[in-house]
Amino acid sequence: MAVLTAARAPIGPMLVRQTWAEFLKLWRVPAFTLTSLFLPVMFYAFIGIGQSSQVISPHVTFGTYFLASMAVYSVANVMIFSFGISVATERGMKMDLLIRATPMPPLIYLLSKCITALFFAALTLVVLFPFAAIAGGVRLDAAVWLTLASRVLLGSIPFIALGFAIGYLSGPNSAVAVINLIYLPTAFASGLFFPKQLLPDFIQRVSPYLPLHFFGQLGWDAIGAPTDGSVTTDWLYLGGYGVVFFLIALWAYRREESRKFS
Amino acid sequence: MPPAAQLIDATKKYGEIEALRGVTIQIEIGDVVAMLGPNGAGKTTSISLLLGLRKPTSGKALLFGLEPTNLLARSRVGVMLQESGVPTTLKVREIVDLFRSYYPKPMSRERAIAMAGLEEKASALVKELSGGQRQRLYFALAVCGDPDVLFLDEPTVGMDVEGRRSFIERIAEFIKIGRTVVLTTHYLEEADQLAKRVIVIDRGVVIADASPNEIKSKVAGKRVRFKAGSLADKDLQGLPITSSTIADHNVQLLTNQPEAVLRELFRRGIEISDLEVTGADLEDAFISLTSHKAPA
Repeated sequence: MAVLTAARAPIGPMLVRQTWAEFLKLWRVPAFTLTSLFLPVMFYAFIGIGQSSQVISPHVTFGTYFLASMAVYSVANVMIFSFGISVATERGMKMDLLIRATPMPPLIYLLSKCITALFFAALTLVVLFPFAAIAGGVRLDAAVWLTLASRVLLGSIPFIALGFAIGYLSGPNSAVAVINLIYLPTAFASGLFFPKQLLPDFIQRVSPYLPLHFFGQLGWDAIGAPTDGSVTTDWLYLGGYGVVFFLIALWAYRREESRKFS
Repeated sequence: MPPAAQLIDATKKYGEIEALRGVTIQIEIGDVVAMLGPNGAGKTTSISLLLGLRKPTSGKALLFGLEPTNLLARSRVGVMLQESGVPTTLKVREIVDLFRSYYPKPMSRERAIAMAGLEEKASALVKELSGGQRQRLYFALAVCGDPDVLFLDEPTVGMDVEGRRSFIERIAEFIKIGRTVVLTTHYLEEADQLAKRVIVIDRGVVIADASPNEIKSKVAGKRVRFKAGSLADKDLQGLPITSSTIADHNVQLLTNQPEAVLRELFRRGIEISDLEVTGADLEDAFISLTSHKAPA
């Protein structure tokens, strides 16, 4: 008979393995990889390059401004998509059932998904930034590049919670549609694609309360473009949205738990 | 040392449906147990309680004397579940490595893959596997942590005869190294081939818990088959049988006294043809244990 010892696997290597597996899972889905890495670049090529040298406010060209917009867009896009769709798909395949029966703590699962999403988000910036610099002629101080990158990565965390909530609330087949229905219109309404002045009147009135509006402002402020209100207010609102998204995600997760595992 | 797994007067209700109605089972370390029963009998529910995937409505479920959700207890358990999925875009060796990382003392990746007979598919993506190969992958994931106890919920469901035979050999190999195995099945020969102990569950209660041989001896030992021109249930009234099935003109009886049964049938003047008397296997034993329509 086997010697019975009470022991658990070390958390560190488990987290590394889980994160690597999460990364491979996403990386091998071309629909996800290509849209996350190259869609923002494509938008930049279509919208940003043509008028990139146009000065829109002192010291800020449209090329730089639109780079900040696309950085925000692509990072939030990764967060919502990678979480929303992978959680919904894994629920659909009952992946979560088998994982639940293993000694892996649920926190490792969550953490590995967050790390992977942040890594992918950083990867989109690694593609977008040089493209904007080379094709769009954007020139910024190293410190500004870093501020922009760190702000959009930090500011993307509330959207992880949103993606998680969508993943638990929608089915594997509807997740993509739900995300597109929520994400694309709010991205437009928050002025990430063209100036808000061009939006219909009622959308202009809603716009300043959208989470992507505050996120966008953080990006635009980072490259020196004028924004409404202070950066502190933007952070506070975004943080508030983060808490709300997190609570919805937690509620959705608990609802699922009590349905499936009680 | 606490038993490997225990259900203590466990009940489970899903809404109005009573899936388990007071089940007490104790599985010792080293046991090889088959849980038998028709669909919906409560086998999967029992396993789910033991694994902490479901909570009992009343009563208790314990793994190594701990709550089944306790990660210390789970670290000693390998699981193969019905209807569970795995990521299809990972390679076999990648997902085996992932699951190995969940356990404190896993076996080597090569050994886990070899135990499942997937050596040739180690570098294949999960989505490239056939149904049977995927089932073997689940087995690799269940054993890769070198667990003390292996839970297999309907492990060979959907396999062809050959696939099932070789899969049973793989499970037998794992049993040979002295580990505890709990499997549910409705392929009854599986239980007979693998288990030292059979727990029969029907309608949420345990109706038998014994060795395969004891179960065979306790219930109908012989199977009597014949064709009869016309036979109604009342013609079988008072015969020493444990169960009867009449389909068209084909009659099957389970009994411990085939001679007495035949003598009485002849005395009653019932015309029979194609008579066949054979030893009952576990499947017959099972039918007579769970048969609800068996005449008294």
